[in-house]
Amino acid sequence: MAQLTFIDFSGTAREVQAENGSTVMEAAIKNGIPGIEAECGGACACATCHVYVDDAWTDIVGKPTSMEEDMLDFAYDVRPVSRLSCQLRVSDALDGLVLRTPERQA
Amino acid sequence: MNDVVKTDALIIGAGPVGLFAVFELGLLDIRAHLVDILPKIGGQCAELYPEKPIYDIPGFPMVTGQGLVDNLMKQIEPFSPEFHLSEMVDSVTAIGTPEAPLFRVNTDAGTEFEAKVIIIAAGGGSFQPKRPPIPGIDAYEGTSVFYAVRKMEQFRGRNILIVGGGDSALDWTLNLQPIAKRVTLMHRRDDFRAAPHSVEQMRSLVASGAMDLKIGQVTGLEGEGSILSAAICRDAQDAEFRVECDTMLPFFGLTMKLGPIASWGLNLNENLIPADTEKFETSTPGIFAIGDINTYAGKLKLILSGFHEAALAAHRAHRYVYPDKKLTFQYTTSSSSLQKKLGVGAAST
Repeated sequence: MAQLTFIDFSGTAREVQAENGSTVMEAAIKNGIPGIEAECGGACACATCHVYVDDAWTDIVGKPTSMEEDMLDFAYDVRPVSRLSCQLRVSDALDGLVLRTPERQA
Repeated sequence: MNDVVKTDALIIGAGPVGLFAVFELGLLDIRAHLVDILPKIGGQCAELYPEKPIYDIPGFPMVTGQGLVDNLMKQIEPFSPEFHLSEMVDSVTAIGTPEAPLFRVNTDAGTEFEAKVIIIAAGGGSFQPKRPPIPGIDAYEGTSVFYAVRKMEQFRGRNILIVGGGDSALDWTLNLQPIAKRVTLMHRRDDFRAAPHSVEQMRSLVASGAMDLKIGQVTGLEGEGSILSAAICRDAQDAEFRVECDTMLPFFGLTMKLGPIASWGLNLNENLIPADTEKFETSTPGIFAIGDINTYAGKLKLILSGFHEAALAAHRAHRYVYPDKKLTFQYTTSSSSLQKKLGVGAAST
């Protein structure tokens, strides 16, 4: 289990518990986190589960694969800390992870 | 004006459920035409996840999106459905009666159909170009900002900013560069998804000074009324810069929108079409809704649900298409008449 914190565009923080092996996107959808749409259902095919990884966590979370980079091209306001949450696999290492959701998914 | 295409059934959406509807209708001698906004057959399976494995198709422990589409195409081959791709159904007008429905259907490509029944299998709606959420972009759409190129001539002599890193962005960069006053390509990183050959061509044009390449993202637009004069951009280091342009073509891929379905007079519930669970008919007799586009108590958005819905809708459609014929329920395993239609079994040899 890992505790994840999602901070939305207005600054409101929401904490959720995520099971190891699930994706961050799944945990967000299960808990009704606003700002994550996941139109394609987790196939890395839509870029509507775009999140910004908190600076303190970028090394632990790591960089997107080239397929994910390609998909991030479809997102809006992509930054160096951008990731698609459907590609982030939950593990104990991510316990405490802080993510920000963009103003809107493109 | 083209001739009106007359068909028993018009299926809107050529995804897996629309394709299987061809099969279920075909077994009941109902001929079908299909319309899809995408240039290819297969809907989300082909557009969003062709290579992804699907594990919940009965009888297939694993099949990819494209594999499922290919199999369905093979399965419906005996019924020779006709496809109208890259077309979006704009309007549906009822010209019959509730007892004997008939519909006039027009697409944005000018095709006109006359159909006895309509099966809406439109999934999440029509795939349409994504509009980047740049503040104020709507004011420029249609005059300075375009999401597709219909007529190249329209862009002759223009100062064009093309945004994106995929094939659409690169193809239009290369096609418009000779006729534009100037083309600037902007992408968020110096790495492109597009075909390597196009990227090479683009790089050599940049090297020879025939066009510009900028790495960054558009964050705002400047102009007068609907006439664009510049894009405000930001590079990877967050430094702001401007690109002078009178035209912008953003290519950010596709998203699903309900589209014109909303204007066909059907009852809707949060962008879904309520259907009964006996025959999957909508509020308009003769118009059915199957697959992800419909909603009812207990609905599961699964491909297999859509297959079931297609079978039931087809059986009700038979009454509209053949009001005088009695429909006897038959199995493909044992019915010689069904096997004949499929071109299999003893009857076909």
